[in-house]
Amino acid sequence: MLSPAEQAALDAELPHYPARRALCIEALKIVQHHRGWISDEALRDVALALGMTPHEVDSVATFYNLLYRRPVGRHVLHLCDSVSCWVMGCDGICDHFRNRLGISFGETTPDGRFTLLPIPCLGDCDHAPSLMAGNRIHGNLTPEKLDRLLDELD
Amino acid sequence: MARPLTEHIRHDRTPLDLPAYERTGGYQALRKALAEHAPADVTEIVKSSRLQGRGGAGFFTGMKWSFVPMGPDAPRPKYFICNADEMEPGTFKDRYLMEGNPHQLLEGMILGAYAIEAETGYLFLRAEYHRCAEILAQALADARRAGYLGINILGSGFDHDIHLHTSAGRYICGEETALLNALEGRRAIPRAKPPFPPVVGLFGKPTIVNNVETLCNIPHIIRNGADWFRSLAPGEEAGTKLYGASGRVNLPGLWELPLGTPLREIIEGHAGGMQKGHRFRGVIPGGASTDFLVEEHLELPLDFKSVAQAGSRLGTGTMIVLDDRTCPVGMVLNLERFFARESCGWCTPCRDGLPWVEKILQAIENGHGREDDLDLLRHHARMLGPGRTFCAFAPGAVEPLQSALKYFEDDFRRHLQGRGCPYRHSPAAATA
Ligand SMILES: Cc1cc2nc3c(=O)[nH]c(=O)nc-3n(C[C@H](O)[C@H](O)[C@H](O)COP(=O)(O)O)c2cc1C
Ligand code: SF4
Repeated sequence: MLSPAEQAALDAELPHYPARRALCIEALKIVQHHRGWISDEALRDVALALGMTPHEVDSVATFYNLLYRRPVGRHVLHLCDSVSCWVMGCDGICDHFRNRLGISFGETTPDGRFTLLPIPCLGDCDHAPSLMAGNRIHGNLTPEKLDRLLDELD
Repeated sequence: MARPLTEHIRHDRTPLDLPAYERTGGYQALRKALAEHAPADVTEIVKSSRLQGRGGAGFFTGMKWSFVPMGPDAPRPKYFICNADEMEPGTFKDRYLMEGNPHQLLEGMILGAYAIEAETGYLFLRAEYHRCAEILAQALADARRAGYLGINILGSGFDHDIHLHTSAGRYICGEETALLNALEGRRAIPRAKPPFPPVVGLFGKPTIVNNVETLCNIPHIIRNGADWFRSLAPGEEAGTKLYGASGRVNLPGLWELPLGTPLREIIEGHAGGMQKGHRFRGVIPGGASTDFLVEEHLELPLDFKSVAQAGSRLGTGTMIVLDDRTCPVGMVLNLERFFARESCGWCTPCRDGLPWVEKILQAIENGHGREDDLDLLRHHARMLGPGRTFCAFAPGAVEPLQSALKYFEDDFRRHLQGRGCPYRHSPAAATA
């Protein structure tokens, strides 16, 4: 079952679409927001709320870069590894993650604080290399700038 | 030089709010259209302006709108959708337009909706543009309050509302029929065409999908006329274009310039030339899915037709520059890795072919390439070309590959002969 808060967030979106299933992405984002990631149970809850089968919901949930079907750390850092950032040295930033936190793409620190994932172009190419943490994009990354950012995130 | 789309955007990119937009003449085009023009007249004006879609394909906007069934017997509701998925690597123009002047886009959407008599609009925004989402939600609320959206807009009898849909991050959602599936809550694979969306689109109803930059032009065309719009560009094509440059240039950024501005003027002028210690080698002119252009193309006017004649595509007009210290094979590997990852997986040539291409390129880069790999890559480029896959994703994916094999074959050969990448310090260590 969706929690009352999840249900309320979903109901607020309902009038915008002519069919319930059109809320699928929204519902998955809501559930992820409240539960951190999308477990099989969460998938079933969404399916029930929208009158879809869990398989249908999973075919959507597994499609998107920002829907997590596995547990993630408290902070998910999405490092752009597309072409402009690559030309401008995102590999070096990746190396810095490995040196400082011991994680590569797809991995989470043992303390559950950070998960590092690649992300396609963030549209910040004039400030490459760039990463997204939460709702914020941080451009013109250097190892020093990254250190400061990591220190700020608890 | 006229810069209608960007002249009012502030340096710090704080958005123009509704009163500020109105002071620049904002929503005058909507008032004029609702008072003076029938819907079909709006389409006619856009048609004669010769505006071409800025989402990459350059299709004529007015012509697209004219495919929508009109009148009392037309299927309803009809939908008008703005494609703000902007995930083409190297592209950051729509973000700038939405953050800087959100109402310009909304006015363009409402005018488009009026032209095709659409009841409902969706603004399909990529997930990562959180700041855009906040700005647009505010702008939508303000526009509703001011009567530019909702029931009986400005007393005209025309009803229309726009909903903001934020995606969850997948490149293929920018392909317009995949976008429709995404909006319907289905796995976002493309649809077979025909039928085309203007006739059978969202939930089976007539639907127009246009790019952000395309729509930002509409209020200016309605206000200033089709002749004015055509006069903005020096050549046959019409209007201005947001051009962008990233990579090792001195001043990466975006500039609104007449459509057909030469490549050299953008790279050496607006982008400030190459960084010290780096020489120009080539450029993919319109995002990841376009063919390389090289030094011999520097005088080329960047309009749809000229770039196509040179064997590439204008695409999104935001270019990524390749310099002499960056490995072209590595760059193509990076591009094909992106495409392999983002393939929607629906059709076999693309789902299986692109990872294969990526593996070959990785082997060449690592020094395990084989003599016949170049032929194999060329074979893949042909097999993934136009007409062989379900949608235009795969043909786009192999554009940089096929042109790199043409212009940088020596580099590929040096990898094969030298057993690996000769650009030891690039690009990571080249950070000057
Ligand atoms: C793989 C793929 C991705 C696309 N991504 C986008 C996109 O992010 N934004 C966009 O406006 N058009 C994108 N397009 C083009 C759209 O399918 C469509 O042609 C466009 O939105 C139409 O708008 P326009 O005529 O105003 O350019 C993409 C096309 C393909 C094949
Ligand atoms: S070409 Fe690629 S992206 Fe397009 S339908 Fe086939 S698998 Fe999907």
